Amino acid sequence: MRIFETPLYPYERSPDQDAPAPARHPVVVVGAGPAGLAAAIDLARRDIPVVLLDENDRVSYGSRAICFAKRALEIFDRLGCGDEIVDHGVTWSRGKVFFRDRRIYGFDLLAEEGHRRPAFINLQQYRLEELLVRRLRDLQSEGRPVELRGGSRVTKVVPDDSGVLLTVETPDGPYRLEAEWVVACDGAGSTVRRELGLEFAGRVFEDNFLIADVTMKADFPTERWFWFDPPFNRGQSALLHKQPEGLWRIDLQLGPGVDSEEEQRPENIAPRLRQMLGDDVEFELEWISVYTFQCARIDRFRHGRVLFAGDAAHQVSPFGARGANSGLQDVDNLVWKLERVLDGRSPDSLLDSYDAERVPAADENILNSTRSTDFITPKSATSRLFRDAVLNLAETQPMARPLVNSGRLSLPHVVLDSPLQSPDTDGLPARTRPGSPAVDAPVDDGWLLARLGDRFQLLAVGIDVPDDEPGLEVVGLPARRHPLLDERYLGGAPGALYLLRPDQHVAARFTDYDPERIAAALRRSSAQETDDS
Amino acid sequence: MTRLRTEPNIPDGDGFYQELLELHQGRSKEESDAINARLILLLANHIGDREVLRGAMKAAADAGL
Repeated sequence: MRIFETPLYPYERSPDQDAPAPARHPVVVVGAGPAGLAAAIDLARRDIPVVLLDENDRVSYGSRAICFAKRALEIFDRLGCGDEIVDHGVTWSRGKVFFRDRRIYGFDLLAEEGHRRPAFINLQQYRLEELLVRRLRDLQSEGRPVELRGGSRVTKVVPDDSGVLLTVETPDGPYRLEAEWVVACDGAGSTVRRELGLEFAGRVFEDNFLIADVTMKADFPTERWFWFDPPFNRGQSALLHKQPEGLWRIDLQLGPGVDSEEEQRPENIAPRLRQMLGDDVEFELEWISVYTFQCARIDRFRHGRVLFAGDAAHQVSPFGARGANSGLQDVDNLVWKLERVLDGRSPDSLLDSYDAERVPAADENILNSTRSTDFITPKSATSRLFRDAVLNLAETQPMARPLVNSGRLSLPHVVLDSPLQSPDTDGLPARTRPGSPAVDAPVDDGWLLARLGDRFQLLAVGIDVPDDEPGLEVVGLPARRHPLLDERYLGGAPGALYLLRPDQHVAARFTDYDPERIAAALRRSSAQETDDS
Repeated sequence: MTRLRTEPNIPDGDGFYQELLELHQGRSKEESDAINARLILLLANHIGDREVLRGAMKAAADAGL
């Protein structure tokens, strides 16, 4: 039986179902996709009791999200399962672009050196989910307070000032559950969103896409192939992407108004794939699906005690791998804030910054994926004219290649305007300015990010700092010993101090040690201070 | 920031104009449109300055009104 057909967390009756009054939990996460699983893992690691509800009892059907970018991998490192995930994935750097019946150019994405993790890996969503479930089980066996309840479908959501009342449908009938906080990770068709009556506003794209997982019998290069207007799919696009375990992912654009049942018949797909892969390549179809998408989001991601993350909050086109990657970054941003609000160290308003920081990130992803979509599927004659001009030029003119947009790699969002941030200090490198995720660098025998935990930290490079900052862990490193650390954190400065948040984002940075300014920046980045003093 | 140059700048303007017409001589509308699109992209890349390009786009759109 294939992993996505195997019940990994079958429904079991919970004592909550026999409780006379609804049991109250600090956090209930709805939906065990990549975002929901990551949220539950992060909460459990922080010893916050969490119940994760999923209507299903198994990982996602078919490969679905397949590309996980470096920032997501760094988040998995923080969650304690980066190695397992990266070991299962495949990396690639080469690709080819085809236009009509010819190959117009090849490329090699040379990754920047000095990072523990590659720019991205390809991994089937179901494999990722399986590894996350395994991590969650490990945490459970360590005694961490996390429960994964399969076969538990949320049908009603009633929030009030002190909590949220959830009705959960199970094979044994419904029961009610109370949550202080709900993290809604229940996907593009979110029940929680519907229950709250929230509008999912944006642009619906009419094109249908067929995606298939295919096993190939013969060797095939580990490359990404993208076709614009190929002979086997006239007027449309196609993508071939490598996955682990001899599996390939094929995306075929079908255009608007197709009969999706008809298109999914293997006898209709096979001839097209033969044209795509060549007559001599033997393959087997493992999974087929037809989908449409929209680029949309809800207006705010925080609605009182309900916090939306991942596809439940925002949906993007699949070009550029921004769905699962941004959902994981939502969770990265959210969980430490929930922890601080739950244990009373920060006021409730800290959670408003989740909105302020992740809504612009969603907009950036929607913008990028809309641009890719407009390039791949031109919406007017003029748009097609320019698209074809770019592709024709790209064959011989390198200047046109950066304009070819078949999806842009998902890069972490840099928060430019957050209430948690302190003003920047001049003279330090742009890439580590406040709002950026900490950039990895080799230090001694290991990596910088591995030295950073998930609490507030003060990274001190080339500046001596007493290790008694209240509420701060100091990570001290010498200057001029690690060239890439210097380049990424000092620029020309002799030393620098970086205040890093629990999600490893830069909150403030300084070129000299002033405990009062550091304390003020810490108060600000944990929402303990909201004025501009 | 550079602004779009709008004073005459092409030596032998008549010669340039003739070359532009010759480029399209004997071609179908479709071919000409494709060449024009490629020409815009090549020139835009050569200019590179987003401010100038934005100025040119605006001037081009406004002139027909």
